[in-house]
Amino acid sequence: MRQLGVFLVAALVIGTGAAYAAPPDTLTLGLPLEPPGLDPTAGAASAIREVTYANIFQGLTHIDENGQVQPDLASGWEISKDGLTYTFKLRSGVTFHDGTPFDCSIVKFSYGRAAAPESINAQKQLFAPIASVDCPSPDTAVVELKQPTSTFLYDMAWGDAVMIAPKTAAGNKAHPIGTGPFVFSRWVPGDRIELLRNDHYWGAAPKLKAVTFRVIGDPAAATAALLSGTLDAYTNFPAPEAVARFRQDPRFTVAIGHDEGKVILALNNARQPFSDVRVRQAIAYAIDRKAIIDAAYSGLGSPIGSHYTPQDPSYVDLTGAYPYDPAKAKALLAQAGVAPGTSFTIMLPPPSYAQRGGELIAAYLQQVGLNAKLQSVAWAQWLAQVFGQSAFDATVIAHTEARDLDIYARPHYYFNYASDQYKTLYAQYVAATDAAKQADLLQQLQRQLSADEPNIFLFALPKIGVWNAKLRGLWTNDPMPINDVTGAYWAP
Amino acid sequence: MRAFLLRRLATLVAALLVASLVVFVVLQILPGDPALVILGPDAQPDTLAALRHQLGIDLPVWLRYLHWIGSLLSGDFGRSTAYDIPVSDLILQRMAVTLPLAVMAMALAGVLAVPLGVAAAVRKARLADVGIMGLTQIGVALPDFWVGLLLILVLAVHAAWFPAGGFPGWWHGAGAAFRALILPTVALALPQAAILTRVARGAMLDIGSRDYLRTARAKGQRERRIVWRHAVPNALGPIITMMGLQFSFLLAGTIIIENVFALPGLGALLFQAIAQRDLVVVQDLVLLFVGIVIIVNAAVDLLNAAIDPRLVEATA
Repeated sequence: MRQLGVFLVAALVIGTGAAYAAPPDTLTLGLPLEPPGLDPTAGAASAIREVTYANIFQGLTHIDENGQVQPDLASGWEISKDGLTYTFKLRSGVTFHDGTPFDCSIVKFSYGRAAAPESINAQKQLFAPIASVDCPSPDTAVVELKQPTSTFLYDMAWGDAVMIAPKTAAGNKAHPIGTGPFVFSRWVPGDRIELLRNDHYWGAAPKLKAVTFRVIGDPAAATAALLSGTLDAYTNFPAPEAVARFRQDPRFTVAIGHDEGKVILALNNARQPFSDVRVRQAIAYAIDRKAIIDAAYSGLGSPIGSHYTPQDPSYVDLTGAYPYDPAKAKALLAQAGVAPGTSFTIMLPPPSYAQRGGELIAAYLQQVGLNAKLQSVAWAQWLAQVFGQSAFDATVIAHTEARDLDIYARPHYYFNYASDQYKTLYAQYVAATDAAKQADLLQQLQRQLSADEPNIFLFALPKIGVWNAKLRGLWTNDPMPINDVTGAYWAP
Repeated sequence: MRAFLLRRLATLVAALLVASLVVFVVLQILPGDPALVILGPDAQPDTLAALRHQLGIDLPVWLRYLHWIGSLLSGDFGRSTAYDIPVSDLILQRMAVTLPLAVMAMALAGVLAVPLGVAAAVRKARLADVGIMGLTQIGVALPDFWVGLLLILVLAVHAAWFPAGGFPGWWHGAGAAFRALILPTVALALPQAAILTRVARGAMLDIGSRDYLRTARAKGQRERRIVWRHAVPNALGPIITMMGLQFSFLLAGTIIIENVFALPGLGALLFQAIAQRDLVVVQDLVLLFVGIVIIVNAAVDLLNAAIDPRLVEATA
């Protein structure tokens, strides 16, 4: 149905010139999924951050378009030599949208709440290194860590670490109140979320007066909404197959950028035959990544060679480690004693990269004598069965968290990779305080993953942005699943 | 009449009770922990436990069921975990889209189908009949979402007469809201109208050779009067029964059309609530749909009884 719709749109609409006039100070953006609540400290859904991060809520630090850590509500910081004490200088004159002043007590409250036993923060582990938060003065926050954590400033830029006020924290899910450049105005469930400019914003005032997020998830509907001017922009456009059509249309800007999503064929390393590294390598040789990208994402993604994307710091290009080579794959399988016709099941969650990619992967595996059965599962079931219980053989999934090399060092993660060597390397990386040492260790971690190939690393999702050609200041890259519209404006 | 209503009321209560048990049990068996869905893969075990406690899903199953039913009886539909607002508000907001859409689509289907079906029956096997039946064949075969996409392309994207989707809400004025519902109404109505036309034609042919029609013809009445005064009222029974089924379908089964037109209706809400494991919303909606189907069926029976008094006499 989706393909049919998009085909219709592509085939029939070329050359149309529907007139539309977008007001110069408002912006309507498309969202693929509706956020389940608007509190980024109480849920993992990307959609929450896509609406609220940087627009409504801010942290001590934030992530810029290139994934770099920048000062936000902290104007600067000092890190002690031992890497244990972070002294944040807080901006003065900042207030929440309800007038509550921002000071060190807010920092203490926000971090304390996230780390508390009754916390429902989806990334509670980010706060585990914090030993204490002290307030020598209202505009200084001293954070003591239990152990040096080289990722700490980056971690505190996550949506889960934003500053919230004690009085309004409980109500943020339905009525978010932060310190950002836009104020929450209205949420029409199932349809739209409206934000208005914060006239008391501490930073440079945003040029847009109002921003509306519209939930239009169906790819064909999203395409039609852009073409008809119902939407001004879709920063995470869900129909890669319609991109060619927009590229030909001078009314639109198409911006293909980087996303942190890494699409992998995850293998259960605790199960036969995937416990044998030769089998995993054989599967890596058996799959043509380029063909998968063409089929699953209209050729717009970039291949990856480990659990790391090309825009991440200290990236090593390992995409040549396992070139498409079915003969070599067969030889490795024979060496490992895997009989032709060995069968297993690949679980496919709903996104199209998984559904379409899965079909093709099964076909490639068939060529080397592996019989992969496909099973589609709903997202909730994937979480419960694959992630929660590790009850699976293989699955196609995109890991969207940025720089999440740590998942391979966790003791019981769903794909059951267990390498003491990797764990040691990772511990060294986290403890490293020297930038050159960190970079070296990051590269070693990638190489280790590529050599062990615990999962088959397929491709990095592209971030597809389609918007009105007169719009400026939207992000091309997606260093985190966010939609920072602070700098967006209309060209005259 | 009173016996009829009482019987229907008893059916309603019994069906709701059974449905409440079924949906509750199914949601228990269905894999998917709401806390894990909300907090995602990185959540720590103690965080998940804290959220389960907050959501009240760490209580025993039977206690949760009784709690839900007890709240419903006191008029409390519970609170959506995704939106953090009362489910009753959520349903009312969505009803404001789905109900007008269903009523308009049903009315349009009826207005198109009854005259066409009658015309086809009257001119059986002649050109008009073949033409109308051919059209309905196409109409039955066309999926409504495809019709919707076509309408969007031609009338919204190309001609820009209608919005391509979305719903401005009734507070922006009835005109804009009405305009937003026209294309989905047409997309929903056309396939239903095609089905209904065939039903109407069949019903008309069924009674076409009855004695009372022959008598009327023998009395020398004009054919037009015979058709609309004598034949159509007698053929209404199957048509109304069919419309009842279609109306229930339109109220509950518009998920795809709501997706295509990005409409915040009940179908989209149910779909999303299942995906997000917003359990109370799913439970309440299923009960609502069961209730609607039963009430619509009762209304159809009442209407049929009003049209054809023999039905009342037969049951009395």
